[in-house]
Amino acid sequence: MAATASLTKPLGLLAELTHRCPLGCPYCSNPLALEKRDDELDTATWARVFGEAAGLGVLQVHLSGGEPGARRDLVEIAASAREAGLYTNLITSGVGVPTRTMRDLWEAGLDHIQVSIQDSDAVSADHIAGYKGAFQRKHALAAEAVRLGLMLTVNLVVHRANIERIGAMVDLALALKASRIEIAHVQYYGWALKNRGALMPTREQVERAADEVEALRRRHQGRIVIDAVVPDYHARFPKPCVGGWGRRSLNVTPSGKVLPCHAAETIPGLEFWNVRDHSLADIWASSPAFNAFRGTDYLPEPCASCERREIDFGGCRCQAFALTGDARATDPVCHLSPAHELVAGMAEIHADAPYVYRR
Amino acid sequence: MSEGHAIAADARPRLPRGVRLTHNEAQGGWMLLAPERIFKADAIAVEILKRCTGEATFETIVDDLAATFKAPRERIHADVTKLLGDLAEKKLLEL
Repeated sequence: MAATASLTKPLGLLAELTHRCPLGCPYCSNPLALEKRDDELDTATWARVFGEAAGLGVLQVHLSGGEPGARRDLVEIAASAREAGLYTNLITSGVGVPTRTMRDLWEAGLDHIQVSIQDSDAVSADHIAGYKGAFQRKHALAAEAVRLGLMLTVNLVVHRANIERIGAMVDLALALKASRIEIAHVQYYGWALKNRGALMPTREQVERAADEVEALRRRHQGRIVIDAVVPDYHARFPKPCVGGWGRRSLNVTPSGKVLPCHAAETIPGLEFWNVRDHSLADIWASSPAFNAFRGTDYLPEPCASCERREIDFGGCRCQAFALTGDARATDPVCHLSPAHELVAGMAEIHADAPYVYRR
Repeated sequence: MSEGHAIAADARPRLPRGVRLTHNEAQGGWMLLAPERIFKADAIAVEILKRCTGEATFETIVDDLAATFKAPRERIHADVTKLLGDLAEKKLLEL
């Protein structure tokens, strides 16, 4: 089969240790139906998964959630990832990881930490996170990580309420001595779809923000690395979602289901295998979900004859399904997609409604 | 671009915590791992990076490589300056 012939080795594994999280962000990217604590994989199973991942070629593991700090065995889990030889990255909201745990993580060999910041303004930041005091706690954890000598990435999730303050958020990241900033516009999946009108920036805001990011990059060159992801709904071409379906990365859910991307469960009819029943290598090569959209042979026009076919792989399958009802369609973010008008229209809908918090 | 930036002879280049050189059998070689980044390290880069311990000076590293590989010192000097300069600009190396 073509899919098997073109099998690549994965480079990254997103380990969703738990779906529990103290914050209530309106753009939460976890699925609508969260997995329960009782179903979470135990410490030993995660250690086995990390070992299998390293054997498969995975180089980096991202310990994420929900809030990974909600796991009492977070330090042991991180240590086992490191023992497997994986570059171990903690993706945290900063709320729920006590400073003494930070020290234990450092001792366990954690390689890197990524902390999300909701805004440069504390009141607005706490409002967006739906958690009073979150801003201050994130600040404290990031400072402790840097004090210990860890490299820090600050993740800025950008949307209408904070897009005018990107410069101030970058200043905050510099003050925290971050070595890298990730500017990520909200992506509209799962919970974020409930708040799309309230989160969507205007086209003018998006254009101004892009210019500002360019200027900031030039100004801070050599001091801090700024990576920015173009907002989907305002792009001309789609993003190469997860670097191509079943091509570079895998995602393990709290209960052990292995997904090609964290939103893959939104596509109906896909069969996911679980690490409790199969080895990771077996899942990577043979699980029906991974083979469903591998390669580019299934893509219709305009992708089939497009020279960007091997660059963006037709975009995001989950988005294609969410917006057109067909997971095989060209991602409508692409200006060549017959359904592109749909995206352009949605990008114009702005509603100053109160956030529906994730609880 | 970074060829223009000279590196001090007594600089002691060091990979910071969070940047690691690692060998992975399945991927078939040496990789430099950094936050959200993976670089395949060729044989020359591996030899250079293994010497960036924070103890050896830039000058010693160049001398050592020139002697080990019996190569012209100026060429080695240029190669090492380029690699380390690029990495330092990306915040992946401390000089």
